[in-house]
Amino acid sequence: MPNMSLTKVKMPEQEPDIRNKNFKEVALGYDEKMAIEEAQRCLNCKHKPCVSGCPVNVKIPEFIQLVAEGKFEEAYNKIRETNSLPAVCGRVCPQESQCEMVCVRTNKGESVGIGRLERFVADWYMQNVKSSVNKPESNGVKVAVVGSGPAGLTCAGDLAKMGYQVTIFEAFHVPGGVLMYGIPEFRLPKALVQQEIQTVKDLGVDIQTNMVIGRVLSVEDLKEQGYKAVFIGSGAGLPSFMGIPGENYNGVYSANEFLTRINLMGAYKFPSTDTPVFVGKNVAVVGGGNVAMDAARSAKRLGAENVYIIYRRSEAEMPARLEEVHHAKEEGIIFKVLTNPKQILGTEDGWVKGMECVEMELGEPDKSGRRRPVEKKGSEHVVDLETVIIAIGQSPNPLISSTTPGLDIQSWGGIIVEEETGATSKSGVYAGGDAVTGAATVILAMGAGKKAAEAIDKYIRQNQ
Amino acid sequence: MFKIVKKQVLNPQVVLMSIDAPLIAKKAEPGQFIIFRIAEGGERIPLTIADYDREVGTVTIIYQIVGKTTRELSEMNEGDSLLDFVGPLGVASHLDGYKKVAVIGGGLGSAIAYPQAKKLHSLGAEVHAITGFRNKDLIILEEEMEKVSNKLIVATDDGSNGNKGFVTNVLKQLIDEGNKYDLVIAIGPLVMMKAVSNLTREYGIKTLVSMNPVMIDGTGMCGGCRLTVGGKTKFACVDGPDFDGHEVDFDEAMRRQNMYKKQEKESTDIHVCRLGGAKNA
Repeated sequence: MPNMSLTKVKMPEQEPDIRNKNFKEVALGYDEKMAIEEAQRCLNCKHKPCVSGCPVNVKIPEFIQLVAEGKFEEAYNKIRETNSLPAVCGRVCPQESQCEMVCVRTNKGESVGIGRLERFVADWYMQNVKSSVNKPESNGVKVAVVGSGPAGLTCAGDLAKMGYQVTIFEAFHVPGGVLMYGIPEFRLPKALVQQEIQTVKDLGVDIQTNMVIGRVLSVEDLKEQGYKAVFIGSGAGLPSFMGIPGENYNGVYSANEFLTRINLMGAYKFPSTDTPVFVGKNVAVVGGGNVAMDAARSAKRLGAENVYIIYRRSEAEMPARLEEVHHAKEEGIIFKVLTNPKQILGTEDGWVKGMECVEMELGEPDKSGRRRPVEKKGSEHVVDLETVIIAIGQSPNPLISSTTPGLDIQSWGGIIVEEETGATSKSGVYAGGDAVTGAATVILAMGAGKKAAEAIDKYIRQNQ
Repeated sequence: MFKIVKKQVLNPQVVLMSIDAPLIAKKAEPGQFIIFRIAEGGERIPLTIADYDREVGTVTIIYQIVGKTTRELSEMNEGDSLLDFVGPLGVASHLDGYKKVAVIGGGLGSAIAYPQAKKLHSLGAEVHAITGFRNKDLIILEEEMEKVSNKLIVATDDGSNGNKGFVTNVLKQLIDEGNKYDLVIAIGPLVMMKAVSNLTREYGIKTLVSMNPVMIDGTGMCGGCRLTVGGKTKFACVDGPDFDGHEVDFDEAMRRQNMYKKQEKESTDIHVCRLGGAKNA
C-alpha cells in the first residue's frame, strides 16, 4: 500500500539560530526509515512525468521503488546510469520547478520528495559502499573538456563511460567550478563534492588543475595535441556590476569574490587559513537569486548583525529557490524588496558607509512577461552599511571566446551552439552550461553536458 | 606540484626564485603574471613574471617579503615545491614599434621592469633605464638591467650609492636634456607610478604603468582587482595589468590596497609568533 500522506516526510534541519552562526550543512538528510517511508509515497505511475521534468532524465520511479524496498545500493546504481553527481543534484536542484513540479502527487498535496530521496541514496552509498566504479575499457581516443563544473564533469563522465580518454582542464586549483567556489558549505559540503568528483575520476577521467585555457593553452593547441574534440564548459564567471557611483569603495564585493573567498579559500576560517574577508555590522546584498541568498546567509554567519536583501521587484519575482528564501528568512535575513540602489556612499578614506536606495512599484509587464519596476517619486532613503555585495548576475568569461578564432558568440558573450547537440561554429568544438546560456542551474548545465557527450561520440565516429 | 629550482637572495627583503613550469615558460611574455599558492589553506598571490627560459622550462619570480605568504615562500628552498602555480595571466605588454623608451623601476618594480626593458632592447629600441631604491643595500638587478639598456641610472633616496634623488627627478632631467621618448614605462609603488604619470602628462609622453591590486583568481571572475581607468571599471587581471598611466585613478587604487591591512597584520603576527615559538622549543 502506498503512503497516502499529503505532505513529505519532514527532513531534520539545524535550528535557525544555531546554524546562522556556523557553516555546517543546514539540512541534515533522511535516515533509512524516513527514506523508505517517503519512497512509499511514490505511486509508480505509468506515464512518469517526473522523468521528463528532469534535465538528465533520472529513472525516478525505478530508483524510488528500490528505495521503498530498502535496496539502496541498487537505487544508487539506477540513478548513476544517467546522473554523475546525485549527491549534488539532490541538494541544489530547484526540484519545485523540475521533477517535483510535475509529480502526480501535486494534484492533491505535496509532491514526492524526489530530491531528498536522491540525496539520501547518494549519501548512503558514499557512507556504506567502498568499492569504486568499474573503469570502462579505453578506446584510446582523446577528448578535452574545458572547465570542471557540473557541465564539464557530466560530459567527461559520460564520455568516459563510452570509452573515451578524457582530460579535464580546470583553471582553479581544485575541480568543481561553482560547486566549490559558489555554493556555500552550509548547502553543499565541499568534502562531499570532492568525493562525488572522485567517482568521475574513477571512470578514468584525468583532471588537470591550474590550467587556464585561453592563456596557457588555446583551444587550437588542444586540437593540435591530438584531442579529437573539445567541450567548453567554462561557465558564466564574469560578474556584473551595477554601474552606479561608489561601486569601487572598500567594502563593495561582487558576490563571486565574496563567495570565492569564503568557499574556495576558506576565509571563514581566517586566520587559520590565509585568505581574509571583510564584513561589517550592516551588510546589503543586491539581487534576488540563489547567489544573493548564499551571499546574505554567509555574511550572517560571519557575524554581521543586519543583513539586507535589496531586490528591485517583489518577492514573487525572486528567482531564488523557495527553500533557500525560506531558510534565509528563518536565519534572520531582512528582505527589502521593491527597492533599488541609486548610489553607494563612502567615508573620506574610501570605505562604504551607506547606500542610497529608492522604492519601486510594479508597472506594466515587460517583454519577459515580468512586471517592470518603476521608481516611486520622493521615496529616496539611505541605508547605513559597511559592506555591499552585488549579486545581480554573471555572464560568460570572454577568456576562451576571445582566444579561439572562429568561435561565434552572442553580443552578451554566450557561446552560440546548436541546441540539440551543443555544437559550436567550430568543427569538433562543443559547448554547454552557463558558458552558453548565461547563469542558470547546476542540473541544466549537467543536461547540456550529457547532450554534448552524445553528440561528440557521434561526431568522432563519423570522422574516424 | 611546482619545484623551486633556483633561489637567490637579492637583498635582505627581496628574493628571486626560478620555478619549474614548462607550459607557462613556453607562453609567457613580458607584462604577464602568475598566481601561486604554497600549500593547502594558503592564499593565492599574484607575482609578475620577471624572466622565463622557454628551453629549460622555468619561470622566474622576484618578490619582496611583506607579509605572511611571501615570508613563508622566502623560507622555502631549492628542491621544495609550491602546490599551485598558474599562468601566464594578464595581457602581455605591447612593446612593438617604439624607438626610444624610458623604463623606470621603483624598488621591487625593477624586477618587473626588467623583462620589459629586455624585450624592448631585443626589439631594437633605445632603452634608458632608471631604477630607484631607498638606499644602496636595496639595489637589485643592476648588472642585468645594464645589459639590456643603452643608459642606466640607479638613484637612491638617501644618496648612499652616490646618486641621490627620486626616479621622477632623473626622468625630468633626462627629458629636459633633450631626450625624446616615445614611451615611458613606470613600474613600482603606486605613489611612484602616480608621480611619473603626472610628470609625463605635462610633456605629453605616452606612459604605461603596471598595476598590482589585490587579486584572488586572476582570471576575471571576481572583480577584486578592479580599477577605474579613463572613468571606466577595468579588471587588472584580464584587461591589464598594464594601463595608460594618464587614465588610472591612482588615489582610488591606493585606497583599495588598504582593504585588508588589519587582517594582513593579524595573519603575519600569528606566523611570526609561531616561528618564535618554534625557535624557543
